[in-house]
Amino acid sequence: MSTPVDTAPPLVAVDAVTVRYGTVTALDDVSLTLRRGAVCGLVGTNGSGKSTLFRTIMGLVRPDTGSVLIDGASITAARRAGKVAYVPQAEGVDWDFPIGVRDVVMTGRYGHQGFLRRARRADHDAVDAALDRVGMAEFADRQIGNLSGGQRKRVFVARAIAQDAPVLLLDEPFAGVDTTTQAALTAVLRDLASAGRAILVATHDLPGLTTLCDEAVLLQRRVLVHDVPEEILRPENLALAFGVDTTAEVSR
Amino acid sequence: MIEFFLEPLQYGFMQRALVIAVVSTAVCALLSCWLVLVGWSLMGDAVSHAVLPGVVLAYLVGVPFALGALLFAGIAVALIGLVRETTTIKEDAAIGTVFTTLFALGVVLISKNPSQVDLHHVLFGNLLGLSTSDLWQVSALAGAVLIILVAKRRDLTLFAFDRTQAHTLGMSPAALSALLLALLAVTIVSAVQAVGVILVVAMLVIPGATAYLLTDRMSRMLVIAPLLSVTCSVAGVYISYHTDAATGGVVVLTQAAAFTTAYLFAPLRGIVPTRLRRRHAAVGRRNADGGTHGTRRAGQDDSAVTVT
Repeated sequence: MSTPVDTAPPLVAVDAVTVRYGTVTALDDVSLTLRRGAVCGLVGTNGSGKSTLFRTIMGLVRPDTGSVLIDGASITAARRAGKVAYVPQAEGVDWDFPIGVRDVVMTGRYGHQGFLRRARRADHDAVDAALDRVGMAEFADRQIGNLSGGQRKRVFVARAIAQDAPVLLLDEPFAGVDTTTQAALTAVLRDLASAGRAILVATHDLPGLTTLCDEAVLLQRRVLVHDVPEEILRPENLALAFGVDTTAEVSR
Repeated sequence: MIEFFLEPLQYGFMQRALVIAVVSTAVCALLSCWLVLVGWSLMGDAVSHAVLPGVVLAYLVGVPFALGALLFAGIAVALIGLVRETTTIKEDAAIGTVFTTLFALGVVLISKNPSQVDLHHVLFGNLLGLSTSDLWQVSALAGAVLIILVAKRRDLTLFAFDRTQAHTLGMSPAALSALLLALLAVTIVSAVQAVGVILVVAMLVIPGATAYLLTDRMSRMLVIAPLLSVTCSVAGVYISYHTDAATGGVVVLTQAAAFTTAYLFAPLRGIVPTRLRRRHAAVGRRNADGGTHGTRRAGQDDSAVTVT
């Protein structure tokens, strides 16, 4: 197992993390680093622990053993400094909520604002720029339920951009979106990575992996493989994660 | 007509009733916007019933009744949280079990001390029998809640919309949840003596629900709900004066009338406009199919955006 060569200290360091829910082990001794400037794909079946890994990095789940450091500091410190931005799965959002596109993106700026969350010039500019970047400027005043699946995703990516966090976590951003949106979002994520961010993307879209990612992780409660996308996509590696060929696990 | 409005105002009790009705309904209405969106409408029901033993005990001990009510509001919220988190019982069952128990305790306490507290006043309020000190007590509590709600409205809305994002931004959803519950408890305590335990529930749900039908922006809900609710309260107080009907009851019935109107005719979500739009769209589709075949274009009607 070869990991791409690191040139800078990792932005996110997940070290030997184990998470149990009761008797179920959701993550088993997972170690993973995310580095600046790289998009890392997270590939695995449903129930492989992808969401738990996100929740652990965000500090919503406390690992039973192991630790997570973000930019060398604790998760709590990183959250307070607004260093982690998260794009949720579509199912996790209340689309009937009386909130407009611009308002959603503005919540990304709350960490930059004071006690009353009053938006300043810089906040409005950041929101406009983020909406522009994902091609949603003309829908800024729509209520979020009145958008297509692809547009809904773009809104939450815009929120993450407006937050201006060095670490971006995206849970299934391409589920149920059109190919135009997928291409647009892929380009935006590549841009954000080039600007020095560390990006972790959970995705089921294996064909798109090489265009999107610099590296990828095959997760099945444990990290099975962490390598460049071309290696991840080798049939024997995919078999490990998706259980087509169970004997392949021995050869690892 | 002027007589209708001015005549009641020559009485001190009517002036006080109007001021308290306006203040407490405004705060209840503001709070109701978040309650209906978080899904906590039942919490208002629970806490307002659960304060009863606190009210009775406060009278027995001789402390301000707001103190006893606040204490039991806190106990109710804590017990509901405890039952929900230490068992697999669902939230509504936990709420129902806790508040009926506490309410029953209050009823028993009243039955053993019949002279101290008038159950009818606690249940249905005594809007026309309030003293000047009641007025100050209600105004102070309601004013404090109002200031906090307005100052923290953006955080509370984010909490209602997306707790994960609130957490990710370094806020504490647990603290915001506790803040909202504490404000709910104080609001109920301040409103209970005006409209009573049962009717305060209506004031904590109906205005938010009505405003939700009328707009799709939280910022507008927070203006519409109090305005509508205050208008209904004032109208209710006047109607009850002239018809000699129970004031709290008339106030809530007026709010219910506003809700029904919004339910039927709200431009955005009312059932009549929605039906009309649907029929209009169906007719349009039929005409389009009958005319130039296969050239129907989607997205003509701005309100009917396709969702994948």
